[in-house]
Amino acid sequence: MSQDSHSSSKPFYRYFFSTDHKVIGLLYTITALFFLLCGFMLMLVMRWQLAFPGSPIPFLGHILSPALAPNGVMTPDFYNALGAMHGTIMVFLGIVPLGVGGFGNYVLPLQIGAEDMAFPRLNLASYWFFLLGGLLMLSSFIMPGGAAQSGWTSYPPLAIINPGQTVWLFAMVMLITSSLLGAVNFLVTSFNMRALGMKLSRLPIFVWAQIVTAFLLLLAFPPLEAASVLQLMDRIAHTSFYLPQGLVILGMRHIASGGGQPLLWQHLFWFLAHPEVYVLLLPAMGIVSEILANNTRKPIHGYNVIVGSMIAIGILAFVVWAHHMFISGMSAVLSDFFLVTTMIISVPSVAILTSFVFSLRGGSIRFTTPMLFALAFLPMFGIGGLTGLPLGLTVTDIYLHDTYYIIGHFHYIVVPGSLLALMGGVYYWFPKWFGRKMNDTLGKWHFWTSLICMNGIFFPMFIQGLAGQDRRYYDPMAALHSVPTQPLHVVSSVFAGLLFLAQIPFIYNFFHSIRHGEKTDDNPWQATTLDWACPSPPPHGNFTKPIRVYHGPYEYSPVGHKTDWVPQNEEVLA
Amino acid sequence: MSSSTATLVHQPGESTGVTNAKLGIWLFLASEIMLFSTLFTTYIVLRLGAASWPRGWDVLNVPLGMLNTFVLITSSVTMVMAYAKAHDRDLKGFQRYISLTIFLAFVFLIVKGFEWDAHFRHNEFPSTSIFHAVYFTLTGLHGLHVIGGIIVNSGLLYLSRTDFDHPLFVGRVEGAGLYWHFVDIVWIFLFPALYLL
Amino acid sequence: MKQYGWGLPLAASSYAGSIDFGIYLIHAVMILIFIIWGVFFTYLLIKYRKKTGVAAQRDEAHGVFKSLIPDLIVMVFEIVLIAVYAIPVWSKIKIDTPASGNVNTVAIEAQQWSWNIHYPGPDGKFGKTESKYVHFSNPIGLDYNDPAAKDDIVIANELHLPVNEPTVIELTSMDVIHSLFIPEFRLKQDAVPGMKIPVWVKPTKIGTFEISCAQLCGMAHSFMRGKVVVQSRADYDAWLKSREPQSAQPVSASEAF
Ligand code: HEA
Ligand code: HEA
Ligand code: CUA
Ligand SMILES: [Cu+2]
Repeated sequence: MSQDSHSSSKPFYRYFFSTDHKVIGLLYTITALFFLLCGFMLMLVMRWQLAFPGSPIPFLGHILSPALAPNGVMTPDFYNALGAMHGTIMVFLGIVPLGVGGFGNYVLPLQIGAEDMAFPRLNLASYWFFLLGGLLMLSSFIMPGGAAQSGWTSYPPLAIINPGQTVWLFAMVMLITSSLLGAVNFLVTSFNMRALGMKLSRLPIFVWAQIVTAFLLLLAFPPLEAASVLQLMDRIAHTSFYLPQGLVILGMRHIASGGGQPLLWQHLFWFLAHPEVYVLLLPAMGIVSEILANNTRKPIHGYNVIVGSMIAIGILAFVVWAHHMFISGMSAVLSDFFLVTTMIISVPSVAILTSFVFSLRGGSIRFTTPMLFALAFLPMFGIGGLTGLPLGLTVTDIYLHDTYYIIGHFHYIVVPGSLLALMGGVYYWFPKWFGRKMNDTLGKWHFWTSLICMNGIFFPMFIQGLAGQDRRYYDPMAALHSVPTQPLHVVSSVFAGLLFLAQIPFIYNFFHSIRHGEKTDDNPWQATTLDWACPSPPPHGNFTKPIRVYHGPYEYSPVGHKTDWVPQNEEVLA
Repeated sequence: MSSSTATLVHQPGESTGVTNAKLGIWLFLASEIMLFSTLFTTYIVLRLGAASWPRGWDVLNVPLGMLNTFVLITSSVTMVMAYAKAHDRDLKGFQRYISLTIFLAFVFLIVKGFEWDAHFRHNEFPSTSIFHAVYFTLTGLHGLHVIGGIIVNSGLLYLSRTDFDHPLFVGRVEGAGLYWHFVDIVWIFLFPALYLL
Repeated sequence: MKQYGWGLPLAASSYAGSIDFGIYLIHAVMILIFIIWGVFFTYLLIKYRKKTGVAAQRDEAHGVFKSLIPDLIVMVFEIVLIAVYAIPVWSKIKIDTPASGNVNTVAIEAQQWSWNIHYPGPDGKFGKTESKYVHFSNPIGLDYNDPAAKDDIVIANELHLPVNEPTVIELTSMDVIHSLFIPEFRLKQDAVPGMKIPVWVKPTKIGTFEISCAQLCGMAHSFMRGKVVVQSRADYDAWLKSREPQSAQPVSASEAF
């Protein structure tokens, strides 16, 4: 890392080719927020169709090409494309890059007292793979075959015969490459670049969450990369890795040698995708721990329990994948094994959640804006996690599989759970990024409106799921058994529209505060971790003085100390 | 980097005791192992599920495969020599051995190219059968890794003219060596799996 | 009882009750846990809100164990649930499928976007099918050189079943993965090309129910539906008889398109 790459006078180079982890982290954050907004807008279009099947989409209907929406009514293929892209964008271009690429990049080196990431240029490469992969993914909407339309899970043979999938696969390979480079970088940084005295047992929980996440990415993504290459071969070189013999598609015999197995893809996909869902969760949990400890003004309860549970989740995440496949036709005896592992993996989650709750006890809770977001994470993750249990239970999953119940289950974890926590992270670290605070009143409005809307969107889905509403349905009214619950689709959609409006104060607040927010000092939250021991925003190289760590991460309210917090780099006599 | 922060940077890893580059390479190889394990698993699953599976030696050219195995093993030896020379600060020797490694990698690819070409001329393509699909995909991905090795080693050869005395240079050669051995090992699994079983 | 509403649909198979029991039980427990948890959470938030002059109180070291108690409770509950409910019931539904042939057997071959229902006819044997015979008049590609195929019945999207008798359904697909979902039976099973997956069901109520497709299968996924007609044995036999092919011509399923 050389000085000149930062002092280049052209802003474009200064921002897009900087190897400074802070610049890359912010790039990741803003890019990921942008993709989140894209994914949300795709979903708004879908929500129109779900609420009012077959009626023309307002505004957009006229703009969209007749191939996608004749007379303003979307076609089933376009619906499927929107769904697949919504899932893909939200998971691989939204939440993960925000949690890992954004917060991880910016905060992790600061929290361990490092000057930068271990491989700054690799870091930049990782961002560029992400950006280009993401843009390629988005641009598939305007490419000849259109966007992928086989769900984010891309099950073959459908994914092999459907148009649009090739671009999806290429983009995925780029995104996977980006994540792998990132994961190596994060791990080396956290193991090798810690400041003097920063023992593993003194790492903030945020860092631990990032470490476990990086391991998951490192070991779970390569199988998907291999699987994607095989699917690409099936599409381009007409191999039959996932195609059995003798397929007849719409009355035409499919010319392929056959001999492959459709279920093979599902195993490989879920081997990645289950660990991936914990990748969506762990960074958010890391953020929640930081904010909780800071705003209760006491050490997080059960540091060892939380860290141990995270590691346990990381390991167990590799042996539960087939709970997505209970009724896929996989051996029914195998299901019993995955039933047991799935139930076991819920235990560490309960331990983490309980520790978070017990952290409140005895605290002096400040209801700051970031704290509201972190607190909301707890019950919302609780609902999402608890509803995972009837899915993990083989018997009840027979009925609930592929219904809206599942949509409700994971959105509760990922939207009012992870996404809210990540937004809380934005409010929390914003003063570090820009030396200014985001507006508190707007922040609280953003919080309450978002929380209410998110519940309004996703809670009805449990009822619909129990009534049997199938997911990925272009026309939910087509099924008799989901006609009675159709009004709930309208409720969800109205709240989705309101949720969109609720983001306007956030976006305004974000961009306005960069220049005009209230100025803050280096440590506005009176926090203990090292990220607050450097100037805001930190200069290149981060710390202005050598850093030495003397104790654990959350020394709040020690008895007999003059302040109610002791920074990690402050030596105190016991 | 400014001197005031220099104390923070090159502080040795407290718990690992290895350099960043080496740790990075090991982690990268861990992910590569997952990649190739997946491919091997796929091979096993497809083979177990297949109605019939040809004997490798009936379909593939075993002598050429044998030759290539020998070529790659030799190149691993020359890679070790290159590392030894770099370690002993012998620029000429380093350049000789790394060039030899690159050369052998090219030999491997050319032999592989002949094999593939012969298949194509017999009208055997990845789409011909599931066996061919596995064969072409696995050897193709391995070939891409060989090309990657050629690029890395050529980069080192080029850098050695100016950067041979850089304190991190030996470490880089070591990293490239680890990677190259890995590529070699993958082939040592691939060869019997495809040609001999 | 209403067939469809805001809750679970009508239960009309022998095992629907056990599945519903699980769903009700686990939801009751979930709601209970959530309420207790929520009350405790709210209490903590109110009690420990910031008050001037009151400093935060650090936990004592031994407090950690207490926080693992909920874990223990949840774990015990889960173990019991697995051992006495999930594994036995799962075995009953998905593992101990009666051998086809011993009981009434039907084959379903799914395709984009319809369900081809295949009855073996009076001889009780399914004719061989092969992809090269597929034609719009022969949607599943029955091989009429096979004597067993001559009396087979193939109908699109209408599954008839006798009441109070187990029936084995052999599921497969011609193109992509579909999923046979009959809400009233609480029956769901993917139909995978290249695999023949047997599932069984014992309908307990006479009536007409719905088949929907639960696995994304392309454009008309949401329109891929059929109906299940559960009849008394006598009605069922009569219906079968009326459907037997007069000549070697199968009943066309072209209305599927
Ligand atoms: C961040 C994402 C995330 C997380 C964390 C989880 C967590 C869990 N998930 Fe989920 N899941 C998804 C994302 C996630 N899931 C997604 C995206 C899908 C669908 C993919 C698709 O098909 O498209 C899915 C689908 C899915 C299925 C497949 C369903 C099907 O297709 O048929 C299953 C089945 O077992 C399952 C189970 C679980 C379980 C048991 C957990 C557990 O880890 C949950 C553990 C948590 C708790 C148990 C709650 C915490 C505890 C409390 C509330 C406190 C309790 C009480 C006291 C303190 C006293 N999930
Ligand atoms: C991380 C994952 C994630 C996230 C965050 C979301 C968010 C949302 N999801 Fe989705 N969803 C999936 C992952 C996700 N989803 C997946 C995997 C599927 C399955 C796909 C499949 O079937 O294949 C799915 C499917 C799915 C369906 C089912 C479709 C179907 O089966 O046919 C529905 C239906 O309502 C839905 C709705 C929503 C809604 C309303 C939101 C909203 O809550 C969105 C909220 C978003 C925001 C609030 C935007 C925040 C960003 C900003 C405010 C930008 C700020 C910018 C700056 C400051 C610069 N999602
Ligand atoms: Cu068939 Cu969905
Ligand atoms: Cu999972």
